[in-house]
Amino acid sequence: MTAAAQSVGALQEALRTHSRVLPRGAGTKSALSVPADGVTSLDLGGHCGIVDYDPAELTFTARAGTPVREVETALSAERQHLPFDPPWRDATLGGVVAAGTSGPASYRHGGVRDFVIGVDFLDGTGTLVHGGGRVVKNAAGFDLPKLMVGSMGRLGILVALTFKVFPRPEAWTTIRAQSADLESALEQARHLARGPITLDALELEPPGRLWIRVSGPPRTLAPRCERLIRMLDADIERFDGHADARIWSAAREVAWAPAGAAVVKAALTPSRVATLDAELVVAGAARRYSRAATVAWIAWPPQRSLAELDRLLGRHGLTGLALTGPAGSGLLGARTGGAFAHRVRRALDPDDRFPEV
Amino acid sequence: MSLPLLLEGLASLFPPERLLTGPAELAVYESDALTSFRARPPAVVLPETGEEVVQTVRLCHEHGVPFVPRGSGTSLSGGSLPLQDGIVIALNRLDRILRIDPEESIAVVEPGVINRRVTEAAAEHGLLYAPDPSSQSVCSIGGNLAFNSGGAHCLRHGMTSNHVLGLKAVLPDGEVVRLGGESLESVGPDWLGLFVGSEGLFGIALEVTLRLVAAPEAVRTVLATYANLAAAGDAVARIVADGLLPVAMEIMDKLAIEAAACVVNGIPDVPALLIVELEGERALVDADAERLDAAIAASGALEARATEDPAERVEIWRGRKSAFSAVGRLSPDYLVQDGVVPRTRLGETLAAIERLSSERGLRVANVFHAGDGNLHPLILFDGAEPGALQRAEDLAGDILRLCVRVGGSITGEHGVGVEKLAYLLELTPPEDVELMCRLRRAVDPAELANRGKALPVADEAMSA
Repeated sequence: MTAAAQSVGALQEALRTHSRVLPRGAGTKSALSVPADGVTSLDLGGHCGIVDYDPAELTFTARAGTPVREVETALSAERQHLPFDPPWRDATLGGVVAAGTSGPASYRHGGVRDFVIGVDFLDGTGTLVHGGGRVVKNAAGFDLPKLMVGSMGRLGILVALTFKVFPRPEAWTTIRAQSADLESALEQARHLARGPITLDALELEPPGRLWIRVSGPPRTLAPRCERLIRMLDADIERFDGHADARIWSAAREVAWAPAGAAVVKAALTPSRVATLDAELVVAGAARRYSRAATVAWIAWPPQRSLAELDRLLGRHGLTGLALTGPAGSGLLGARTGGAFAHRVRRALDPDDRFPEV
Repeated sequence: MSLPLLLEGLASLFPPERLLTGPAELAVYESDALTSFRARPPAVVLPETGEEVVQTVRLCHEHGVPFVPRGSGTSLSGGSLPLQDGIVIALNRLDRILRIDPEESIAVVEPGVINRRVTEAAAEHGLLYAPDPSSQSVCSIGGNLAFNSGGAHCLRHGMTSNHVLGLKAVLPDGEVVRLGGESLESVGPDWLGLFVGSEGLFGIALEVTLRLVAAPEAVRTVLATYANLAAAGDAVARIVADGLLPVAMEIMDKLAIEAAACVVNGIPDVPALLIVELEGERALVDADAERLDAAIAASGALEARATEDPAERVEIWRGRKSAFSAVGRLSPDYLVQDGVVPRTRLGETLAAIERLSSERGLRVANVFHAGDGNLHPLILFDGAEPGALQRAEDLAGDILRLCVRVGGSITGEHGVGVEKLAYLLELTPPEDVELMCRLRRAVDPAELANRGKALPVADEAMSA
């Protein structure tokens, strides 16, 4: 069943009249937004629009159903941007926060958890509550904005969000560095991550290809790229202007994932990439290692069950989250939070109105 | 609740020299950096291992006795103020850096480790632990975590919460949990993000995994002087409008400068002072420096001096970071406030504070993180003068209400503690407080962990 809501009142009404609900934004992440039987899908797509944006404050507030694309257009006009370039530009802000998805540029300044500073949400009792605020620093009360990051619509229904934003770089350029194998590419990534050059993105396309993006005043780019190239032992190609933009636009749309595959992200650390990758190769999964190999993006083949990936990640002590593909609980592999998670969830949703985390 | 039974249990857990019950030994623990609040606890324990902390918390839970976790006691909001009917768990002896892993750029430390020790240990590997509260040479990581401490450089680096990747913690009933991990990425609900900054209400961190970043290649600090505070504020607005992203932008007013000059040499005697710092890759710092210099020149600075010399930079920051304690040279007592306002409302807020200050007849020194709108008005008073503390507290209240009225917050980095609890209740919608109390009681039904801080305890909430 589906219910659409364009106002907080309508959302509260829907929460009152349906026994179990799951919010949905634009539906770009089917694994998290398609409800199970007996759960009503609450469509927030109509609850959209930027509520407040003062460029001098470097913050904006928007309704949860606002598409990322709309926000980026507004910010871009003021030479600002969301520095973590959330994947899937058709996604809504609420969906980005609820899924906790950050794109390649989160390498430089951090991910969605580092930029969301205020949330308004409905808890499981239908009460509208607020966390954080509209100022960039706020230590009053629990950090509910962070808790909502990755909450998958299962701890509350996001209604409005406030983000801090940053000035948009004047220009970008991209270097593709091709190494012989995974080991050598990982070594170069590590070298760059510890090095002096400020990178916007550092993505590893296994086995041996690194995508490196830098930004800044246009006249700094050429000498910095030369310096960067001197640090690398690989075949180099450089992309500017439209070519650069196309590469990252495709990366944000996860265009590399084969059609039908379930896209899963998993948290990891660089030293764990090699052993994980070997198993993913055997399973026939396409993958990218993002943010200097601290997050794996895995395209799990449709002919394999996610239960298999759940076990695989579990064996490595890694936690994953299915974003696209079949509807499910979302989380895969090792779980953290234990009793703390259980108690917090019970406080936010005492009557089990949202699906299990 | 049975305090005697708890003390009996603790006596079997700790040798006498680590279970303090004598008045002289306890006196040290009566207050933290918010010295106007004092309470003598019946006992202080000094655990040396995480397991001892867990056992202590379990005993407190069993006997229904509240506990106050304490790091270095530098809280400016009374975050580690003891209770007369609860024990203090002093975590200073859990001071081991368990692991520095330069390959993964992480440090795993115990809660009693001093902030600066992490910075120094990271520096040996060319890495940086970014959060730098003014008290960094004495404050502990556990306290930083509990209060989500900031610092001058959080303008670009973020707060403590942006640098904590994972932790092992004991909940208020003695259950041990792990939150987060070692990755920069978090997956699923950010339980860790909720725990950080909860002012000790959710339990005690036993092991903390911190994120380290590559140390910057270049750091350039600019010290600019102004004829008045408004001009310094305008310079900050100009820098932001120009699209620059410094790591720090700090302002000190005349009184704060006067105070700092008592303890640090070479501070210019001017009405207002602006510190702006750029850091990062050499080519980017150089490019930004040109624009920054132009913005400052256009802002009507009396004088501007830029330096990359480490010794000079240390001196500039020493002047800034000593300002709090140096105010003690100008006045027998002072209250430090921590309100936040939207950046664009800084000018009017400072003018309003000046007005309030003269109305109440109390001097206010201003030292603040101008880049993120976080004010630190220092209200000077003489506690020996009858009614002076009350007038200072009234003025502090006026300032906090003002911050909230313009869309800000009552605290940016010091936390609510005991000091701002009344203002939290006055200025936060009741349903938001109710939800936070519900979360707290779900984790700690008996409200044993740091009772009386950050949130009202159950019966107070009813009557509020």
